[in-house]
Amino acid sequence: MSVRNPLTSLPKDYLGGALMVLIGVGAIVEGTRYSFGSLHRMGPGFFPVALGTLLALVGVVIGVIGWLEHAPGAASERKTLPPEWRGWACIVGSLIAFVVLGHYGGLVPATAALVFISALGDRQNSVKSSLLLTAVMLVICVVVFWWALQMNFPLFRWG
Amino acid sequence: MFQESLANLWFGFGIALQPHNLWWSFVGVLIGNLIGVLPGLGALTAISMLLPITYTMHPVPAILMLAGIFYGSQYGGAIGAILLNLPSHPPHAVTCLDGYPMTKAGKGGTALGITMIASFFAASFGITVMLFASPLLVAVAFKFGPAELFSIMLLGLLAGATMSRGSPLKGVAMTLFGLLVGAVGTDVNSGVMRFTFGLIELSDRVELVALALGLFGVADFLMSVNRLRTVGSTAKLSYRDMRPSKAELKQAFWPMVRGTLVGTLFGAMPGTGPTITTFIAYAFERRISRTPERFGHGALEGVAAPEAASHSKTQVDFIPTMSLGIPGDAVMALILGALLIQGIQPGPQLITEHADIFWGLIASFWIGNVLLMIMNVPMIGIWVKMLQVPYRFLYPSAMFFIAVGVYSTNSSLFDVAEVLAFGLIGAVFIALDFPIAPILLGYVLGPMVEENFRRALLIARGDMMVFLQRPISAVFIGLCALLVLGQLLFGLRDALRKREAAAASPART
Repeated sequence: MSVRNPLTSLPKDYLGGALMVLIGVGAIVEGTRYSFGSLHRMGPGFFPVALGTLLALVGVVIGVIGWLEHAPGAASERKTLPPEWRGWACIVGSLIAFVVLGHYGGLVPATAALVFISALGDRQNSVKSSLLLTAVMLVICVVVFWWALQMNFPLFRWG
Repeated sequence: MFQESLANLWFGFGIALQPHNLWWSFVGVLIGNLIGVLPGLGALTAISMLLPITYTMHPVPAILMLAGIFYGSQYGGAIGAILLNLPSHPPHAVTCLDGYPMTKAGKGGTALGITMIASFFAASFGITVMLFASPLLVAVAFKFGPAELFSIMLLGLLAGATMSRGSPLKGVAMTLFGLLVGAVGTDVNSGVMRFTFGLIELSDRVELVALALGLFGVADFLMSVNRLRTVGSTAKLSYRDMRPSKAELKQAFWPMVRGTLVGTLFGAMPGTGPTITTFIAYAFERRISRTPERFGHGALEGVAAPEAASHSKTQVDFIPTMSLGIPGDAVMALILGALLIQGIQPGPQLITEHADIFWGLIASFWIGNVLLMIMNVPMIGIWVKMLQVPYRFLYPSAMFFIAVGVYSTNSSLFDVAEVLAFGLIGAVFIALDFPIAPILLGYVLGPMVEENFRRALLIARGDMMVFLQRPISAVFIGLCALLVLGQLLFGLRDALRKREAAAASPART
């Protein structure tokens, strides 16, 4: 193992522990902006700061235990799956498209974009099969949600 | 006492059999079964997808429908596990072990038939327990003040965090994260906006549906896209195959009873997840079997016991949720959230104040389970077809239902963005081996935990000892301490063992 991505070669528990510490400290920092109060009369900041402190502590312990278990020389037995950038990008992109197009274009363009883009995330879907699925979902969308359930979402809107 | 419960049950049947309520119960069971069968979609996704629809309904049909979706999807999940080796809901993972080998041996129909009988038997037992235990629990629960409520919620959260699969510490971390997410919004005592980061939409708390669908829908799709390949089942089933022989029934009877008891026991404990319950039922069955080598190769007992356990647990789980307001797992947290949205505060007063909901729900369980039995026999062929829907069509369609469903809760696109955010957060947590179900439990209980903690200390003038001075509270705190201590010992032992094993084996590079 000569060149490895420094991020993925770290044991998962280091990353997980660090993330928990980060969230915990973030909660403490944000929580101290609200009044803390006393045990008798707690302010709105008391609970969040207490939770943040606990979370940061747990994060540290997760990291330490990860270090204990990850004894030097022991190969990591967990296999990691290869990243799936295409699928991830399409799923995330499709939801962003739904929000943006829903705001500026209405239900029909938003639905079309959501289904089409997310379908393209699967390697086995072609443009044709994705379009077909989009058409089916559009029909369901208009008939079930717009017509039958009378959802408060215009089919088209401008700007 | 006994007669009173029966009279109440009679009253409940009256409610549940009203055509309107019966109809929604049926719809819930049908949709739940349908979604449960679809690969990759479990009870959590099913309930959260349909939660928005119930917001505008009357509370009684709404809760009947949600409960129907829950056990309907459990039934459906077993079908996928047995016929396709595909656990769409983690508790069914253990059913795959013996259910799928049975399918390969051409006995898939029998496995399904036994599952159905075991489920019905276990559910009936669970309902009976619920019927008689709930009033008893309520009598105790009326003695609960803020200190007791805080302590029992703490126990529930700790158990939920440590008794599910995976590292207990990571479960605790996720519970804490969930509690923090629950703190987002306007503080009820002071009106201060917390963790809203200037977003006015967040002042009204994080949307329950958005959180649930982000964590259990989008995050799951992110993890399984292009990784989940469903192999179409070629199994052809007719309802004749599903009738087990007399010998098979006899073989499955005691495992079924034992599974039911395991499920009942675990259902009564707050916080124990459904997955761990089915695994324990299976392990127990294998340990006491005279022929343990048959397990994993299509042993009927290995299907009957865990399925019975999961169904009796499902029913018994409703007891703490309804009578104490403390959900046992993530699904119950969702149902509790739905009740709160309807303006109904679960707790000891629920049974007296909303008798129609409580007894109607119990009666509808029975009706729902009978409906499932009747429905599944002729429809098994359709379910087998449904199993063949490829994942590449399934998840984009589910994405659509999620987006539209979340939008419809508040007619707000902001909520759809919340789904995306929690989907990404959930995927990162899953990738780092964190269990995500405790987040939902923490989120739902968060405000109640904080409220009771503050109230208890206000009454006690800031003296933390109040939690130990009140006897009921002290018992719960003692159980919490036992739980933590036990986990610490187990964890330490495992860590040391791993270290020794690593040191013993020659270093590999």
